[in-house]
Amino acid sequence: MSKWDWSYVWEALPYLYRGAIVTVQATVLSFAIALVLGLIIALIRQSPNRYVSTAMTEVVEFIRSTPLLLQVFFVYFVGPQFGILIPAWTAGISMLGIHYAAYCSEVYRAGILAVEEGQWEACTALNLSRIRTWRTIILPQAIPPIVPALGNYFVGMFKETPILAAIAILEMLQQAKIFGANNYRYTEAIVMVGFFFLVFSLAASAIVQSVSIWLNRRYRLQ
Amino acid sequence: MNEPRIRFENAAKSYGSLTVLDNPETACNEKVMNEPMVRFENVTKRYGALTVLDELNLDIARNEKVCIIGPSGSGKTTVLRMLMTLEQIQGGVIWVDGEPLTHMQKNGHLVPASDRHLRRVRSKIGMVFQHFNLFPHMTALQNCMEAPVSVLGLPKKQAEERAAELLDMVGLSDKRNHFPIQLSGGQKQRVAIARALAMRPKVMLFDEVTSALDPELIGEVLNVIRKLGAEHDLTMLMVTHQMGFAKEFSDRVCFFYGGKIVEQGPPDQLLGNPQNERTRQFLSAVLEAR
Ligand SMILES: Nc1ncnc2c1ncn2[C@@H]1O[C@H](COP(=O)(O)OP(=O)(O)OP(=O)(O)O)[C@@H](O)[C@H]1O
Ligand SMILES: [Mg+2]
Repeated sequence: MSKWDWSYVWEALPYLYRGAIVTVQATVLSFAIALVLGLIIALIRQSPNRYVSTAMTEVVEFIRSTPLLLQVFFVYFVGPQFGILIPAWTAGISMLGIHYAAYCSEVYRAGILAVEEGQWEACTALNLSRIRTWRTIILPQAIPPIVPALGNYFVGMFKETPILAAIAILEMLQQAKIFGANNYRYTEAIVMVGFFFLVFSLAASAIVQSVSIWLNRRYRLQ
Repeated sequence: MNEPRIRFENAAKSYGSLTVLDNPETACNEKVMNEPMVRFENVTKRYGALTVLDELNLDIARNEKVCIIGPSGSGKTTVLRMLMTLEQIQGGVIWVDGEPLTHMQKNGHLVPASDRHLRRVRSKIGMVFQHFNLFPHMTALQNCMEAPVSVLGLPKKQAEERAAELLDMVGLSDKRNHFPIQLSGGQKQRVAIARALAMRPKVMLFDEVTSALDPELIGEVLNVIRKLGAEHDLTMLMVTHQMGFAKEFSDRVCFFYGGKIVEQGPPDQLLGNPQNERTRQFLSAVLEAR
């Protein structure tokens, strides 16, 4: 038996293809959740109401200091005991999204705090409403500089997707494992998964970088 | 305390109504004109334990040009920031155009202003900052259009016309589509002035608007302010270190020291023949620094 056999590569492809689609879908969906929810969390943390902002900070701290796997298990296995039945896919995607929303909110927060105080003052002096101030003045300045940092989490989440296997979601690595078990042969499948992760990460980084350049140019920020 | 409140309320009523005669107390449009545009009434500002302004009283008449001078830390900026509602006050009342700014009248009492009230009264005031505070992601024109469109609800086209006109007035018609980063300090400050004017304020505040500029750019900004004063009905309140400009431009100069107005008067008198020892010291220090 040779160390590397191309026939296994062809045979593994359909499995890995199915797995790859699940992995990419899971990453994109949960990243979308993380982006939107993270922004909402960051905005709530800027609330002038002390209690609201402190409560939000505590929640973020809590999410960040417990393992993602535990959170996924909690929702998927403990939920049903209280009559809350959530399908594996929904549970996995939303927990991945929520977990990373906590991290993304920190990034948004840094971006928001980096906007000069004078911008807020100009908005007050011009009598802009709160919503308008956020939407057209603060966020367009806060977000472009943090796109690379958000992008890092995008790549990070992608590499975190194998955790979904723990609640029986057939993402790519799980597919490779199944293929390996069925054929008593792991080398090709596992290497291919690694290769795919590498390619995807590089592609994702490139996308993030061009979005970043485009946004900075669009908003004239250096 | 109750007296001026009643007076202001009647005055406000007499604005819109022509049938003033049936109420003898409000037959006083003239009185409205005599009301100060801005009134600080026993206004106190504290930062924690530090009292920055202690029971400030200051009236500014309609169209009056007042310059504020004084040493660093004397509270000059704070006066403007309180009026712009960028700082909360810890005591007293600020009146703008006959209405309380940070308070509103409810059943004959002054209660803290609602957001709506605050925004309505604040719309009468415009401010220009030392560091311009232009929106860096918008062109000069967009900077001047943002608030008229979103706050006043002006149609885009009309807002653009207004903005272009104002940029014209400050001598920047050729820079309309430039971003702040492409402008010199003096140009930025002129855009900032145009931006504030686009909201058609009645009161304009200037906080050391030439202090961040290279000396050769100061003139162009002062010229714009001069023109404003001459051509528009504007009450202007200006913190400045340009004594020459204060002398020629203002109707009155107030000298602040330690959170109080130590001396005030017509510029010729205050700058030429100050009575107070502190004023004299300050002015000679400023002149020496030249
Ligand atoms: N946010 C703040 N927190 C605490 N103290 C403040 C704050 N802002 C201003 N002060 C204090 O209030 C006092 C008055 O400040 P202000 O900025 O009004 O002075 P100024 O007359 O404008 O001085 P300058 O000529 O240096 O601009 C100073 O003692 C300053 O240290
Ligand atoms: Mg100051």
